[in-house]
Amino acid sequence: MNKTVNQKAWFLVLPVLILVAFSAVVPLMTVVNYAFQDTFGNNKFFWAGLDWFSDMLESERMWSALGRQIAFSSIILAIEVPLGVFIALNMPKKGFWASLCLVLMSLPLLIPWNVVGTIWQIFGRVDIGLLGYTLDKLGIDYNYTQDFYAAWATIIVMDVWHWTSLVALLAYAGLQSIPNAYYQAAKIDQASRWKVFRFIQLPKIMGVLMIAILLRFMDSFMIYTEPFVVTGGGPGNSTTLLSIDLVKMALGQFDLGPAAAFSIMYYLVILLISYVFYTVMTNLDKREGN
Amino acid sequence: MAKITLQNLAHSYHTNPSHEDDYALKELNHDWVDGEAYALLGSSGCGKSTLLNIISGLLTPSQGRILFNDRDVTQAPTSERNIAQVFQFPVVYDTMTVRDNLAFPLRNRGADAHYISDRVQKIASMIGMEVTLDKKARGLTADAKQKISLGRGMVREDVNALLFDEPLTVIDPHMKWELRTQLKSLHHEFGHTMIYVTHDQTEALTFADKVAVMYDGRVVQMGTPQELFETPQHTFVGYFIGSPGMNILDAQINGNTAVIAGHAIALGKSYGAPLGKTELGVRPEFVSLSSDGAGLPVTIKRVEDVGRHKIVRADFQGTEINVIAAEGAHISPDMNRVIFDQSGINIYNDSWRIAPQED
Repeated sequence: MNKTVNQKAWFLVLPVLILVAFSAVVPLMTVVNYAFQDTFGNNKFFWAGLDWFSDMLESERMWSALGRQIAFSSIILAIEVPLGVFIALNMPKKGFWASLCLVLMSLPLLIPWNVVGTIWQIFGRVDIGLLGYTLDKLGIDYNYTQDFYAAWATIIVMDVWHWTSLVALLAYAGLQSIPNAYYQAAKIDQASRWKVFRFIQLPKIMGVLMIAILLRFMDSFMIYTEPFVVTGGGPGNSTTLLSIDLVKMALGQFDLGPAAAFSIMYYLVILLISYVFYTVMTNLDKREGN
Repeated sequence: MAKITLQNLAHSYHTNPSHEDDYALKELNHDWVDGEAYALLGSSGCGKSTLLNIISGLLTPSQGRILFNDRDVTQAPTSERNIAQVFQFPVVYDTMTVRDNLAFPLRNRGADAHYISDRVQKIASMIGMEVTLDKKARGLTADAKQKISLGRGMVREDVNALLFDEPLTVIDPHMKWELRTQLKSLHHEFGHTMIYVTHDQTEALTFADKVAVMYDGRVVQMGTPQELFETPQHTFVGYFIGSPGMNILDAQINGNTAVIAGHAIALGKSYGAPLGKTELGVRPEFVSLSSDGAGLPVTIKRVEDVGRHKIVRADFQGTEINVIAAEGAHISPDMNRVIFDQSGINIYNDSWRIAPQED
């Protein structure tokens, strides 16, 4: 097939280009500006080259924040994905209870992040929070402001509570689209429950599951509000995830240069991982198509 | 292999069926003889698939019993019935190879590995997929996938019955014919009881020893293709089987004459004086055109030459009458009458055929 060459078509892209420029590219450029320059105020800038970047790459603080971030994302993915699929498998397929489940599952997704943080912050308090108080009365030493494990447990449980629904709902949608004949054929073939999951359900929901994993990865990798509201990054630095650290650096210490360099690297990491994911996903689709 | 008996079987998808119309499958008594090939023929929504799913145990009937060799299996799950079933749309396990797909039902039943690989090889050659055995099922065409489904249905030798739910819908015509032949030879070889659901009369008539015609949740007639053709027990059978179907005309029956819109037709046999709605049915094959003033007056609307013969579409006072004429027959404009061959006339009372009275 011959492609028609029509350079005027570029004009059609122009409105989007302008919109994106103002909403994303221009703000990003100010970050780029700070990343390559230094300033002592008065709007006077000096060229800093890659100094901030090499500073950041050598910064123990950034590496440990990245380590914590990777740990956090891995843990919540390891919990939310299997749990979400498990919930989806056990949700009612139709009728009143299915609708009720869907509404209940959607509720956590509708709550604003800082409210989620506040809910758990209060929920976990030993003096007035239901969770903290109960655990305390049961003789469990739980204090998320003091104890490393308690803090981590709290933000992980909070994230699981907030976002498992997303995985469950996507997996549920995937499961609902499997034609009944597959289950009937499996019965005829005398396939066990496990084999039905392994050879019918899992392959059929793989596509949506990939999207769920990608969304959860990106969101958790950029998470800020909820853990910040609950623990403020503490105790010590133990729950200071990447974006919390970044905000501390940029707004707390006003180290705009390193923070900007850091932001750009942060951005590139997410872009890279998302790209890898996207490639894997589309390859999966292609295999489907052959 | 088993004889399958249906006793007072009926099914409704409503929880509290009160009226007969609530039933997708109306009360039914029937024996499926061991080792015969049956076809269930009917238009969509007539209850064919419902009946099939009840036999395979995917659906529990609202009432009645199902017996396999006189053992009651009404409440038994599919796995205990040892049935193979092939569905209308291909069901394959995407992530498995063709080989694993075919072996799946055997492996789940713990068959011996040698036996499995023998069987798989045999089935693969039957469905013509030996070269693709090690390919993943995911990438195959709908055709090939359906062949795998068929293969999975046939891979077990010891099944009580093989059920097919319009299995060739997605297969292209050439392959359709070939697979149907394969199924028939499989039937001859192993003597499984086979039930084949279809809405295609050619498929039903060529595949089965006996055809059950279903209409509105009922089996209206079960018989050999010849019986269905010569003595349709219900007007639906007459209309549904044959191409074109039977001509059905409102008629008053009085002894051995039928009166159609004032025109008397001699029947040759006596039918008494049935009450209710009476109709005369005659297949186009038993209708001929004439120009000599006898028979029903018609106007010819159209002549379709289908190669083997000609189909004449004639109009009798607003009702269409079809006539099949020989390919070489001359059809002239003055042919304005149709004559019915007495041997091909059937009389219906409230849609059901009535037999002539013996003298």
